[in-house]
Amino acid sequence: MELFLIFLGAAFVNNFVLVRFLGICPFIGVSTKFETSIGMGLATTFVMVVASTVTWLIQHFILAPFGIEYLQTVAFILTIASLVQLVEMFLHKASPALYRALGIYLPLITTNCAILGMAVLLAQGSYNLGESIIFAIGAGVGFSLALIILAAIREELEFADIPKPLRGAAIAFIIAGILALAFKGFEGLV
Amino acid sequence: MENNANKRLLVVSPSPHVRDGDTTPKIMFSVVLALFPVIFASIYFFGLDALRILVISSVTAVAAEAACQSLRKKPVTIYDGSALVTGILLAFTLPPQIPSFAVVLGAIVAIVIGKQIFGGLGYNPFNPALVGRAFLSVSFANLMATWVSPFDAVTVATPLQLGSGVVPYAELFFGNIAGSLGETSALAILLGGVYLLYRGVLDYRICAGYLGTVFVLTLVLGHDPVYHLLAGSLLFGAIFMATDMVTSPVTPKGRWIFGIGAGLILVIIRLWAKAPEGVMYSILLMNMLTPLINRFTRPRIYGQGVKGNA
Repeated sequence: MELFLIFLGAAFVNNFVLVRFLGICPFIGVSTKFETSIGMGLATTFVMVVASTVTWLIQHFILAPFGIEYLQTVAFILTIASLVQLVEMFLHKASPALYRALGIYLPLITTNCAILGMAVLLAQGSYNLGESIIFAIGAGVGFSLALIILAAIREELEFADIPKPLRGAAIAFIIAGILALAFKGFEGLV
Repeated sequence: MENNANKRLLVVSPSPHVRDGDTTPKIMFSVVLALFPVIFASIYFFGLDALRILVISSVTAVAAEAACQSLRKKPVTIYDGSALVTGILLAFTLPPQIPSFAVVLGAIVAIVIGKQIFGGLGYNPFNPALVGRAFLSVSFANLMATWVSPFDAVTVATPLQLGSGVVPYAELFFGNIAGSLGETSALAILLGGVYLLYRGVLDYRICAGYLGTVFVLTLVLGHDPVYHLLAGSLLFGAIFMATDMVTSPVTPKGRWIFGIGAGLILVIIRLWAKAPEGVMYSILLMNMLTPLINRFTRPRIYGQGVKGNA
């Protein structure tokens, strides 16, 4: 039950994109196509889960025992960057189409603040390794969900008569704002 | 189109070929007609305040629609009644003591941000009236949570804040309770709902899925299901908000999913979240899932064995 609440909290109540406003760059950038958004969501979730494990180990077995927590940001970014490199090589081989579709946003997972934010939040919190992984899965699911929802809405609006200055990223930000309003309903749930 | 068609003996056009007589104005004005019992009930219980909010909200909504469309040099379609419906619906979700400036702001947000920005009627992903209300409830949280009793306008708690068993069912049913303008009288809402059902405007799947899920879930979880159906804005939301044709799924299966999902979210919010009421959030959250529901409930293409991608 405790683990389930951690998952719900990370995925809905404190959704990384719509409540914490982290990871906005890929949220707006990769949400134009439904299929791509699923790929991006999966890739980000994967990096989140592995990164949470590795950064938890680094935090509790290297940084904290030696009293060098000030190296946290550097260490975490290095970890995340190498993980993204791994995902990139894998996708390049396994699914070249998705690799091309994600384009610049794939290496940019490195600088996706949702992932670094998650690692830092976990380092500040008191979760054990298992709870951290559940939290990361929740965060990834929440990120993917927000991304997929926005992509589906944007695809539906492809032929809508949106005023010219508002087409593209502008309308995506407005939709995101309304989504964030709707997510306020989950406030206080966990 | 019609002029061209008259000239030719054989008209070749894509389906549908048989159309019924329903048009946007016809549907919208039948919704307005269905809202009349609720209008009378709100004015009866909350007096001039109800009239003030209704008039300001409707006039602002229609004016905002006209302003947007003429600014964009598009044909002005305020006579189709859709902006009027949005204005009335928004007014019914507001508390009786709300200041007029907030009503104006809410109606402008509902029409401009909720609808016109997306290209007008038919393209808005979210129910415009609920976008206006959501905006007001985060911007003016106190104003939006000041409830007064009917007739004498004394500040009191709503039945949902009081908990089940405090207010008798009869009061909940006839509407002599505190709450938003349009939500108090279950009787008036049901009258409107029956008319819409008779007119074929209302889709029973969404209503039945929504109300049924709330009833069954609260019963199973050991709460009072009748109280949960009658208190708050569930009935109003289920009949007039959730069934909005633009923002709910187009497939029959999708409509069941929409209703059941909204019921599930509502029960979760009412029982465990901070807000006492969750009808607005449950419908907005299902609105945002509507494109996904449509996508995954596509019917089989006629004559093909597998689900189509068209």
